[in-house]
Amino acid sequence: MYSRPRIIPCLLLDENNGLVKTIQFKKPRYIGDPINAVKIFNNKGVDELCILGITITKRNSEISWELLEDIATEAFMPLSYGGGVRTLDDVKRLFSIGYEKVIFDTAIFTNPKLIEDSVAYAGSQSIVASIDVKSNLLSKSSCWIQCGTKNTKDAPASVARKVESLGVGEILLNSIDRDGMMNGYDLNLVKSVVESVSIPVIACGGAGSIEDINKVIQDGHAHAAAAGSVFVYYGRNRAILITYPGEEELKDRAI
Amino acid sequence: MIAILDYGVGNVGSILNMLKHIDVEAIITHNPVEIENADKMILPGVGSLDSGMKRLAESNLIDCIKNHASQKKKPLLGICLGMQMLGRRSEEGVLPGLDLIPFDCIRFRLDSPTLKIPHMGWDVVKAEQSDPVVDNLIGLQRYYFVHSYHAICDKPEDILFSCDYGYEFPAAVKHDNVYGFQFHPEKSHKFGMALLKNFASL
Repeated sequence: MYSRPRIIPCLLLDENNGLVKTIQFKKPRYIGDPINAVKIFNNKGVDELCILGITITKRNSEISWELLEDIATEAFMPLSYGGGVRTLDDVKRLFSIGYEKVIFDTAIFTNPKLIEDSVAYAGSQSIVASIDVKSNLLSKSSCWIQCGTKNTKDAPASVARKVESLGVGEILLNSIDRDGMMNGYDLNLVKSVVESVSIPVIACGGAGSIEDINKVIQDGHAHAAAAGSVFVYYGRNRAILITYPGEEELKDRAI
Repeated sequence: MIAILDYGVGNVGSILNMLKHIDVEAIITHNPVEIENADKMILPGVGSLDSGMKRLAESNLIDCIKNHASQKKKPLLGICLGMQMLGRRSEEGVLPGLDLIPFDCIRFRLDSPTLKIPHMGWDVVKAEQSDPVVDNLIGLQRYYFVHSYHAICDKPEDILFSCDYGYEFPAAVKHDNVYGFQFHPEKSHKFGMALLKNFASL
């Protein structure tokens, strides 16, 4: 087995089809043209790309189909999409335009049958559940939906078991508190979810360096690591620069 | 011209896009005349074997494929589920496959708690024989896999690539003019481009 875990840039799209980066799911900062970013990641031989439409559910708007098709045309790597997927027809359309995986978040709570139907249609390996977690002042974690605006009050581990029983093939675990902070993944959160299910868990939220990615895999036991800021920002002042580690660099850091 | 079969099952667009990128002429089609005129065929597919075979039958493509591969002996490439459908049958379903290569598919039987099903992600392969599709590839070859079932070939000489996930399984198969890739070349950037270029040059 080739054991290097996947390292997945997470690209966020706003309502104007711009590429943005958030901090704690807020303050979206415009980064650039998503197609250009995808082309750069393509040339860097990225493991996988995760595309999230972050404003669709909240604004009750439509998926940007044309943009998603343009992205797929440029991407010769596995693609996943989440944000505003409401029907099985949306799921079918995503596969037909070249996406490998569909990500559900709010539907875990509002429409679990859609997730089951999607699993029956496409197989577990193509369906991902995104679990977005925020802690309250007492450090008690719960899952939030609608892009971090509504608290379900359910504990991460129990939601993880729920989505596993719905048949999803993997979990994208987001720490809202760590999003954009670049201060490391929430290792305790990752560990607790990894231990509660037998499906792969992709950790997301908090990566500030390749060391952080190494840590979440070694110590958090994540199956894969996703990140945003670390791949689009450079230096202390967060200059916009799209980067991705090469194979040699990953080998040097023992990933 | 390569005909990419369109029967309503998944990611045909990304295969066409990669072929365009490497300057290979291809069309997405379920039209029997266009398929007849193509000198090569790609059978894509994602999902379960029964749903794939059912859709192939509903699209009247089973005879087209057999005519192309068995009678005319033109190159055929099955990708992912498209490869699994080249075999006789699969534990995943009850419908028979296309029976173009002697293999059956089984679900991964893994003892290790660290190995998950599906086998998902990039993995390296080993060439098991000399073939124009693989002979010019240099260095470590990595491809993107997403699957829960894999082939068990009757004959070792039909295995083109092997991959190790808990144990060795056929990652690519080859029998005369019929090829099957368990992984997704269209999602394996430079590695996939090299393979598809070789297939297009057959």
